[in-house]
Amino acid sequence: MNQLNVYDCLSFVNLHLPHANSDLAIAPLYHWYASESSYQRNLIFHGENFRILLRTCSHFNQSVHFYPIVGFCNLSWAFAVYADKLCLPILLMDTLMPAYHNMVKSASDWVTLAFDAPFARAVVFGVPIGGHLFVEGLLFVVILFLLSQKSYKPPKRPLTKKEIDELCDEWVPEPLIPSITEEMKYEPPDLESAAGPHTIINGKEVINFTSANYLAFLGHEKLLDSCTKALEKYGVGSCGPRGFYGTIDVHLDCEARIAKFLGTSDSILYSYGLSTMFSTIPAFCKKGDIVVVDEGVHWGIQNGLHLSRSTIVYFKHNDMESLQSILEKFTQDNKRAKKLRRYIVVEAVYQNSGQIAPLDEIIRLKEKHRFRVILDESNSFGVLGSSGRGLTEYCGVPVEKVDIITAAMGHALATKGGFCTGSARVIDHQRLSSSGYVFSASLPPYLASLSDLQGLEIVSDIQSPIVFLKLKNSTGSIKGDLQVLEDIADRSYCSAICSKDNRKVEWFGVHCGQWRFYLKS
Amino acid sequence: MITIPYLTALTTYFSYGLLFAFGQLRDFFRKIVDWWSHNSLQGYAPICLGLEDFYIRRLYLRIQDCFNRPISSPPDAWFDVVERISNDNNKTLKRTTRVNRCLNLGSYNYLGFGAADEYCTPRVIESLKKFSPSTCSARVDGGTTTLHTELEECVANFVGKPAAVVFGMGYATNSAILPVLTGKGGLIISDSLNHNSIVNGARGSGATIRVFQHNTPSHLEKVLREQIADGQPRTHRPWKKIIVVVEGIYSMEGELCKLPEIISICKKYKAYVYLDEAHSIGAVGKTGRGVCELLGVDTADVDIMMGTFTKSFGSCGGYIAGSKELIQYLKYTCPAHLYATSISPPAAQQIISSIKVILGEDGSSRGAQKLAKIRENSNFFRSELQKMGFEVLGDNDSPVMPIMLYNPAKIPAFSRECLKRNVAVVTVAFPATPLLLARARICISAAHTREDLIKALEVMSIVGDMVGVKYFPAEPKKQQLEGVKLD
Repeated sequence: MNQLNVYDCLSFVNLHLPHANSDLAIAPLYHWYASESSYQRNLIFHGENFRILLRTCSHFNQSVHFYPIVGFCNLSWAFAVYADKLCLPILLMDTLMPAYHNMVKSASDWVTLAFDAPFARAVVFGVPIGGHLFVEGLLFVVILFLLSQKSYKPPKRPLTKKEIDELCDEWVPEPLIPSITEEMKYEPPDLESAAGPHTIINGKEVINFTSANYLAFLGHEKLLDSCTKALEKYGVGSCGPRGFYGTIDVHLDCEARIAKFLGTSDSILYSYGLSTMFSTIPAFCKKGDIVVVDEGVHWGIQNGLHLSRSTIVYFKHNDMESLQSILEKFTQDNKRAKKLRRYIVVEAVYQNSGQIAPLDEIIRLKEKHRFRVILDESNSFGVLGSSGRGLTEYCGVPVEKVDIITAAMGHALATKGGFCTGSARVIDHQRLSSSGYVFSASLPPYLASLSDLQGLEIVSDIQSPIVFLKLKNSTGSIKGDLQVLEDIADRSYCSAICSKDNRKVEWFGVHCGQWRFYLKS
Repeated sequence: MITIPYLTALTTYFSYGLLFAFGQLRDFFRKIVDWWSHNSLQGYAPICLGLEDFYIRRLYLRIQDCFNRPISSPPDAWFDVVERISNDNNKTLKRTTRVNRCLNLGSYNYLGFGAADEYCTPRVIESLKKFSPSTCSARVDGGTTTLHTELEECVANFVGKPAAVVFGMGYATNSAILPVLTGKGGLIISDSLNHNSIVNGARGSGATIRVFQHNTPSHLEKVLREQIADGQPRTHRPWKKIIVVVEGIYSMEGELCKLPEIISICKKYKAYVYLDEAHSIGAVGKTGRGVCELLGVDTADVDIMMGTFTKSFGSCGGYIAGSKELIQYLKYTCPAHLYATSISPPAAQQIISSIKVILGEDGSSRGAQKLAKIRENSNFFRSELQKMGFEVLGDNDSPVMPIMLYNPAKIPAFSRECLKRNVAVVTVAFPATPLLLARARICISAAHTREDLIKALEVMSIVGDMVGVKYFPAEPKKQQLEGVKLD
């Protein structure tokens, strides 16, 4: 009985798997056949046979075409061979064996029949084809049909031309600007002379407390001389961006001189104070970087941060504990420090409040948590520190510890424009990727002719050059405050008030609900 | 339209591919070397990650000497270019004291006001002595002098609008005005080749930005219809307002904008028009009033007109011109007006004087002469270049002429060979232009004489043959030479 099964299967294998290495298949069978059919030996043979079965299976699997068939064949073969070798004692099996054998025989007969179905041994154009093609072809057709079915979606109905026309006709835009209110009509007074310490308005001489002319350079003889010379030599404009013949030697001299004065390796000049910050920050802070900023920074920095698309976190104005807690939170949360750049942006003297940032505290925190510091020294350059080098000198911090220092030159230096200093790598990067530098015309040469100026030494013993006066009892709203302050300013326009420095205060600038005026030496 | 020859496109791609491959190889070696050497960063992320400055390190530094060339004289028709030498293969460049006198074909000096001028400069020096070089304060805080008010009136008259406001820098004008005009809920539709300052201003405003194909009014109409029908993204509420931003002359193409069609479309769909005339004000038009005059468009149809003073007026700064209410509103809200230093008084005086010269109010006809000269010069130069076989872009009457180079190796070759023959040109490559379309850009000035132009043409012809940029067949040369000599 066993022999019959084996031979059946063997012939079946040989016939239907022409590529099969039938030696591999026959070998174990001979082994089995050669040995006596005792249960013991069969068991041992099982183990070996199974391994060989597996190997032959894997051999067959190499030709994918036969894969399902092989599986089936092997299963049927295994079933046929092992059906009577299941873990049952032979004596018991003797009764059940014939039943089993009949079942298996009929099953294998059926399978053989199925495979002997149409196209069993058709020879098409000289290629012998087996019956499995039929099944495979059917499967393939079914798969294609299913793939070609679209998933159900509700039908889309795009708008017709007429509907779009109607929508366009109906749409009413808002007016370009909101309607003009009374306060929008306010005109600042016209100066009739230079904006120096004393100036003339409406024919009357007043003391000027609104210009950021900290070092009283406006009207200085040497400054005027060097500017005149530069005007005669170079004309007014530079007629080109820095990349295309707009770099004049005075620009390079000015940059070198600023870098030497501050003690950094290089500096870069921008042509407008406001654009310095909103070009520098997007050049370094990219999407995904973390920037920790003071709440009270001015518009240029805020715009730069908005353009940079980084993650921005504000800390309370000039409050070191708030800064520390935020830094700690970030170093704990974020362990992917390798690729993320982290910055702290502060101003040395805040434009909006006049306070001075405690730089030594900030440097200590920065080194502990590995952040980089961007410092805006617009109002402190030339003012703070015993020789005017700014906040770094004032706080006794070596200038290499601050990564990027920017400043607008429209304040103490009495010209226009701005600069940025730092390490050479920082500056070189900006020369190609800072938009306000690359895409804009360069600074007019007469404004860059600082290099002829003899001294940038300043003696200033006033702590902060910006003094804010606030109303003691606020009226409760900013508009009300502004109104009160403007009334006071208008009334004092006609009278003189003596302050404790023995200066007559006659003209104030009203700014954002507070008085802001600048003290000069 | 730029039609790049097939073979040239292939060679350009191949060149860039080769440069890229070599760059990657060198980066790989650098990584190995860095791994050995001491790293001082320690805990800080590098300030520029690997591929961000790949272009700068591996492609730009090779040809660094073609850019940022310093000059030591005013940017007139002829100027002195300072020579630079490099000891470490173009990584750093040092200035020498030698200068070359070169013909200037690169500066934006359209009307020749770049150098000291006989009418303008004395007045500028006078105003310098009276008002000093800077006001040190913002306009609202005491930075407004009588000069500023006079300047604003002058500009408004010149441009043809009721009022104007002036800022200290052209770039900052765009960046600070667009956020004030629209915010979230508005739509800005801008030309695909607009300048970086407009892109920055649009991004900073928070409004949604859509782009239409360069100078194609039909595509603009399609975009407008789609956007009005769709509404705001996700919520589909109707847009608050739509602003269409175009430029007068596009600085990298030299083309004029198709203003009449665009204005008629915007009127039909009730969108506002913002015209940036940075290069065209003072340079085109019969009396120099810009692209509106040249194309016959009424200035009342353009809602906001913006321009800069750097190019034709030889000064610095930018302006916005519009209705009185618009200017009042801008003065109240624009941050560049409220916080930034006002325009320098000598620069303001230069603008006033140059406008007077252009309009002929100084009593001479120099203005009209300059305007005629620049038109004549640009048309002559362009036609000659086209006859020689160069591929020149741009419309007639526009003083900006890009010449297509395409291959990355031809960029430094063209630039250096021209400099050797004392002609200074500007070459532009990626990222200011698309990768394949590198070009050399010529800017003609009213200060160029006919001899200067002929010399430039000779030099460019020789260099063009050497470098191989004459992509079109040349016309027969004999009659052209005779015609020129007769002049």
